[in-house]
Amino acid sequence: MENQSVSTDEIVREENLVYKKTSLMTSKALSYCPGCGHGVVHRIIAEVIDEMGIQADTIGVAPVGCSVLAYEFLDIDMQQAAHGRAPAVATGIKRCWPDKFVFTYQGDGDLAAIGTAETIHACNRGENITIIFINNGIYGMTGGQMAPTTLPGMRSSTTPYGRDIALMGNPLKITEVVATLPGTYFVARHSVHTPLNARKTKKAMRMAFENQKLKKGLSFIEIVSNCNSGWKMTPTQANKWMEDNMFPYYPMGDIKVNGEMVKKKEEPKA
Amino acid sequence: MAKIKGAIVIDREHCKGCELCVTACPTDVIRMEKTVNGKGYHFAYMENPDACTGCANCAVVCPDGVITVYRKKIEEL
Amino acid sequence: MGQVKLMKGNEAFAEAVIRAGCDAYFGYPITPQSEVLEYLAAQEPHKRTGMVLLQAESEVAAINMVYGAAGTGKRALTSSSSPGISLKQEGISYMVGAELPCLILNVMRGGPGLGTIGPSQADYFQATKGGGHGDYKVIVLAPSSVQEMADFAGLGFELAFKYRNPVLILSDGAIGQMMEKVELSEQQPRTTSFDQSWVTTGKSPDRERNIITSLNLDPSKMELHNRKLQAKFAGMQENEVRYERIDCDDAEYLIVAYGSCARICQKTVKLARQKGIKVGLLRPITLFPYPTKIIQEMTGKIKGILTVELSAGQMVEDVRLAADGKVKVAFYGRMGGTTPAPNEVLGVLEQQFLNS
Repeated sequence: MENQSVSTDEIVREENLVYKKTSLMTSKALSYCPGCGHGVVHRIIAEVIDEMGIQADTIGVAPVGCSVLAYEFLDIDMQQAAHGRAPAVATGIKRCWPDKFVFTYQGDGDLAAIGTAETIHACNRGENITIIFINNGIYGMTGGQMAPTTLPGMRSSTTPYGRDIALMGNPLKITEVVATLPGTYFVARHSVHTPLNARKTKKAMRMAFENQKLKKGLSFIEIVSNCNSGWKMTPTQANKWMEDNMFPYYPMGDIKVNGEMVKKKEEPKA
Repeated sequence: MAKIKGAIVIDREHCKGCELCVTACPTDVIRMEKTVNGKGYHFAYMENPDACTGCANCAVVCPDGVITVYRKKIEEL
Repeated sequence: MGQVKLMKGNEAFAEAVIRAGCDAYFGYPITPQSEVLEYLAAQEPHKRTGMVLLQAESEVAAINMVYGAAGTGKRALTSSSSPGISLKQEGISYMVGAELPCLILNVMRGGPGLGTIGPSQADYFQATKGGGHGDYKVIVLAPSSVQEMADFAGLGFELAFKYRNPVLILSDGAIGQMMEKVELSEQQPRTTSFDQSWVTTGKSPDRERNIITSLNLDPSKMELHNRKLQAKFAGMQENEVRYERIDCDDAEYLIVAYGSCARICQKTVKLARQKGIKVGLLRPITLFPYPTKIIQEMTGKIKGILTVELSAGQMVEDVRLAADGKVKVAFYGRMGGTTPAPNEVLGVLEQQFLNS
């Protein structure tokens, strides 16, 4: 074959570069487990900030949870918030600096359990911020306990025999809840486990930050993600399990766009 | 006729061996090395470099951002 | 000469924060301090000075909004009353840990629990000994008049930014609700001259990124951070002690009281002196740092100390620590909602020190 004569060395040259890690990610090695979706979401945020040229005007709010150290990996100004309080912290920042870009990065326990009030009210006020919600159905950092989004029957360290709905209540679809509030302008649910899904997430992320520029109100992006360690699976197994179990309960796609609810249609499985 | 030829460079020391790039690659280019890096992870490498199209799917799903992608249009004579 | 007005303590405080050039207020209604938020809302400070005003969904949210605003270098404050201040303790602890300046007003009411809406001083321990988790202190200013409610707004911000630490104004329902003449300062601009190298307003190319956090997973680094904080608290103790002495020069007996209780005891001093009993009043203005040294100095010259509080006895512990057993320290307190009358205090003083 003709192209066998072209060696890798001839291709690996600056002029042929098509993808490299954005400089808005620091050189520090990510502290997440192998295969964890946090790293991809971090990079998507960094790429969007980089491509929009808004590093000098962006303030991120890091949560309590696995991504408590997000500020170690993103080369932007950040504030670490108390557990669940990121939307309140972001409100404080944004109200004082209405022209800056402010986002929160929160897990399911942070956003949908301890911080439910802050989440609902920031959304309801239509704070002109972006909320990025990582839903992996479990408390990762503290060792795999039940989260508000843990599926029925799903095992965790505090539901060792599976989540019993009669005892522990139902998984909370908070993204659908916030979509009903007039303050939210853009609400979507995505994942980052395949190239296609990751690219869709990036498109949504860009839209969310553009909405801030246009002062449209609150953009809320849920990313259904894996927790290989918490679920006790390999990364590949975890992604498969996520598609088979999480996606039917937390379907992918836009829920609210430009302030209008998207009409329900069956999303094909990713 | 032109052909697209790609190549990836993997930051071996920061690879955690999650294998998501192996699954993501549409042309079956990537495999995991039998040996391990400084942190004890098997790291990804190009087993079939000729098949790489530089689509960047592997880099897009890499949680640790260790993959850099290059692509070149090659004029076939 | 500033403007003189007749105002409630809570309203005077609210007007004073606008005039002090405050950038943002976040709060939640609770009796007996809701006039702060109500007054600010009526004033429309976003029109007057550009100041941000937001009624939060809870006290917890309010203090965390203050955290966010303070992290961008803004002069932010919140106000509440005892149960609400309890809810804010997590946020205050985080703010000390992250070295963020802010102003907090506690218009104390009676507890524990929902308690009563009348004045109380039962949050002294909470205010001066930390309040939340971790080894920390906040500067505590105790106003005893409507004038001081206004004056401490500006002073509070000054101290908060000097130390990059929250400052708490520990008032009570009596001071917050009563009306007095108050002289208000001129409107100050909403500009700041303090060091802004640490604030998070977006990383520009000419500097490293700024991080606001109280987390340090490396225990040795965390200890260093704690030592730095402790050095700051020691600096406050060295430089920020404030108190007032009334009729103390020839006093044989000393009353120690702060806030509204000091106002009552000022009358007790007068009544005592009319009866020929030489009583003086020491009014701590800062409760942390506490005027320990002046009490130590005075113990050699007096025969007894009576500490009067609207609590079961909290500040009295600091008075006893200062007196160090060298002089008898008696205590008299009423428990929130109820306040002692001046002659009631005099009766206790006579019983404790003169009738034995």
